[in-house]
Amino acid sequence: MMWNFNSIDNNVALIEDSGLHITYYQLNAMSRNLSNFFSGKKLVFCLCKNTIGSILGYVTFVNSKQVPLLLNSELDSSLLHFLFDTYKPQYMWIPKEQLNLFSDLSVIYNIYDYVLIKTNFNDNTNINDELALLLTTSGSTGSPKLVRQSYKNIKANTESIVEYLKIDKNEKAITTLPMNYTYGLSIINSHLYAGATLLLTDKSILEKEFWHFFKEYNATSFGGVPYTYEILEKLRFFKMDLPSLKTMTQAGGKLLPSLHEKFAKYALENNKDFVVMYGQTEATARMAYLPAEKSLEKFGSMGFAIPGGKFELYDLNSNVITENDVVGELVYYGDNVTLGYAEELSDLEKGDERHGKLVTGDMAYRDKDGYHFVVGRKKRFLKIFGNRVNLDEIERMIKKEFNIMNCACSGYDDNLFIFLVEDFNTNDIKTFLEDKTKLNRAAFNVKFIEKIPKNDSGKILYKEFKEHF
Amino acid sequence: MNNREIYVKVFLDTLGVEEKELEGLKYQDVPSWDSVGHMSLMAELEEAFDIMMDTEDILDFSSFEKGFEILNNYDVEF
Repeated sequence: MMWNFNSIDNNVALIEDSGLHITYYQLNAMSRNLSNFFSGKKLVFCLCKNTIGSILGYVTFVNSKQVPLLLNSELDSSLLHFLFDTYKPQYMWIPKEQLNLFSDLSVIYNIYDYVLIKTNFNDNTNINDELALLLTTSGSTGSPKLVRQSYKNIKANTESIVEYLKIDKNEKAITTLPMNYTYGLSIINSHLYAGATLLLTDKSILEKEFWHFFKEYNATSFGGVPYTYEILEKLRFFKMDLPSLKTMTQAGGKLLPSLHEKFAKYALENNKDFVVMYGQTEATARMAYLPAEKSLEKFGSMGFAIPGGKFELYDLNSNVITENDVVGELVYYGDNVTLGYAEELSDLEKGDERHGKLVTGDMAYRDKDGYHFVVGRKKRFLKIFGNRVNLDEIERMIKKEFNIMNCACSGYDDNLFIFLVEDFNTNDIKTFLEDKTKLNRAAFNVKFIEKIPKNDSGKILYKEFKEHF
Repeated sequence: MNNREIYVKVFLDTLGVEEKELEGLKYQDVPSWDSVGHMSLMAELEEAFDIMMDTEDILDFSSFEKGFEILNNYDVEF
C-alpha cells in the first residue's frame, strides 16, 4: 500500500473550498468501499479536479493496485476520446457533471462529486505488476505518449520530498496546480504520506475566494510554476499579510533569476522558506532542490539532487564532465526514475526500461560548491505556464488543421512563435491552439516571414528564428 | 477614441472575443480569460489608461461591467 491511512485516524486529510472535509479515518473507510468494485489489475481513466472525490478515487486506485491514468477534467473532448480509443480503459472515474461525455456507459458507483463508470472494453491486457500510475507527457496536446510510474518510483520520490521539505502532519498545503500535473500530484502524494492536510480548490490565485480560503484555514504552503510567481509579484504579494504561510515551492520550469532573487529575499526577511526545485514527469516528479537557506546566495540555481538521487553531466560524447562550470547534458540516477513511456495499450505490459537512469534533455553546469544551474534544453519543447509543449507536435497540429505546408514553431518559455509564409487569419490560429492546448492565447505569437529557413537537406533551421522573437 | 472605446478594444484584442460577447462577460467564461488572460488584460488596461491598480481591484475585476466601476476609482470616466 502506498498510503497507510489507518494509523493516523482523526487528522483532517482533505478540506474543500466548499467547507466539506474528511479525516484520514473517513478517507480510509471510503477508499475501502470503492476498492471493492475491483478485482485484478485494470486501467482507470481519471478526469481530475482538486476535490475530495477526485483524490479519493486516485488514492483508492493506487492503493488497490489498479492503474489510473490522470487527465485534466477540462481536456478537450476529442483528445479525450482519442486517448479512450487508444488505451481502452475498463473503468472511468469522472466528475458527475461530465457524465454526458459518456452517456452510453453505465454508472456503477457514485460518491461526492464523482462517479465510477464501467466501459465496454474487453480485458485482454496483462498490465505489468510494477505499474502504478500513468501520466501524460504533455497535458495539453493530448499526445498518447504516457509516462509509466511504478510503486517504487512514487514511494521513493514521496519519501524523499517529505524528508527534504520536512513535511509533518501539521502542514496544510493549498492547491494551486492541477492534480493530473506531476508537480501538483507530488504535493498531494507527499502530504497524504505525512498525514498532513490538503486544502483543495480549483480557484486561481487571481480570485478573492482563493485567498479567503487560504486565510480561513491557515494554509502553510503552496507551490507554483514560474508564471505563478510572476502573477504573485504583480499582485504585490510582498505586501500581503499571510502569517500562516511557511513554505513556498517552485518548479515546472526555470524562474527568472531576478524573480528568484526577489522571492528568496522576501522569504528570508519574513521568516518563510522559498524552495526552488527541479523535476520531470519522467523522474516521477522531483530530482533536485535548492535548500531555502541557500535560496538567496545561490539564486538562479536549482541546487543539487534530492536525497537518494545523483546527478552527472555528460559532454557531447557521453563522457562524464568532472570540471566545474562546464555545460553538459544533465543525467539523473535514482529510484524515482520511471519505467519508461507507453504509446499504445500493449506497452502497459512492459517493465523497467530505464533502470534508474534518466537523460534529462536539459543542459546545465555545476558550480564549485556543487550547485546546478540549468541553461537550456537539448530537445524541441517549451514550458508554457508550467506545461511542457512539444514544438513539433504544435507544428503538426497547425499543418493538419489549416492544411498549411510551410509552418515552423519556435520560441522561449511562455512564448511560442508560429512562423508562416502564407497570409492567414492570426486569430483563427490562436483560437485553434487555445482550444486544443487549453493554454492562454497570450503565449501564442503568429509571425509572417518570407520563407522558412532550411538547410540543403530540407531541415528547418530553428536557430535562425531567434532574430524574429 | 473615447474611454469606452479604448476599454472595449483592450478586451477584444486581449481576449480575442467578439464585441457581441462582451456584455455580461465574466472571468473564466471564455478560455482566453483565465489567469494568464486576466493578467494580460490588467496590464493592457493599466497601460491604456496610465494607471496602476491595487491588488484588491485586480482580484475584484470579475466581469466586463465590473471593470467600469473599478476604473472609475482611478478617475477613468466613461
